[in-house]
Amino acid sequence: MAFLFYLLSGIALLSALMVVLSKSPINSVIYLIVCFLAIAGHYILLNAQFLAVVHIIVYTGAIMVVFLFVIMLLNLNKTNEPHKSVLTKFMAVISGGMLFLVLIAAAKGVNEMIVANEFDANIGLVANLGKVLYTDYMIPFEASSVLFLSAMIGAVMLGKKDKK
Amino acid sequence: MENITSAIRIIPLEHYLFLCLALFSIGVIGVLFRRNTIVILMCIEMMLNSVNLLLTAFSAYRSDSSGQVFVFFIMVVAAAEVAVGLSILVMMKRNVDSIDINLLNKLKD
Repeated sequence: MAFLFYLLSGIALLSALMVVLSKSPINSVIYLIVCFLAIAGHYILLNAQFLAVVHIIVYTGAIMVVFLFVIMLLNLNKTNEPHKSVLTKFMAVISGGMLFLVLIAAAKGVNEMIVANEFDANIGLVANLGKVLYTDYMIPFEASSVLFLSAMIGAVMLGKKDKK
Repeated sequence: MENITSAIRIIPLEHYLFLCLALFSIGVIGVLFRRNTIVILMCIEMMLNSVNLLLTAFSAYRSDSSGQVFVFFIMVVAAAEVAVGLSILVMMKRNVDSIDINLLNKLKD
């Protein structure tokens, strides 16, 4: 079981690095799909089946297809992207690494913070999460539908051609 | 089922913490590193996903289902953000014929 965790972590980290490093955007999309599948495997390891299925459907099924579609539609698969200077890249890596160190230092000793509830293996299943979602989080759930509607209207408004 | 849940007891929570922080930092580096707008959007997606994984890990270790509900809401917001962001990108490509992020520096005036 621990072996599976480290395997999935290695795949996720490597493919995340390749998203940043690969030259053409279409390779970035493919590596990001691999990274998301590894994260879905992590969800299954954490016994969150509902989130694993929703993650696969929403991210790798819908969002990544939209990314691929936009890349193919706009014909962006050229590798003539003007790159930043070496100094900027160096500074980006340095500042990202420093952020990583600061976050780790801030999050050290997190295990003492956790007051464990009684262990329950069923919290990630569809039945339990659906009950919580439709009782405790009813208002935010309905508000998210308004959010989706406004995002849809905004996308249509932005995509419309100007009549001049 | 018993086999699957035992992973929670074997692996310490810090390992999930390190994994998620590394993924988040790689996303930040990607945003600073690239000039291509669509890759920057993908790196933002990666940061959102690392936060999702960390919320799920905390929720599973504490046996509290609220964290997983919040992951669901973050996914909703990410889907809406991608729809609007990609249509902005299409409009940018149509108007200035490039998706270089540095061409958008007129926004600061």
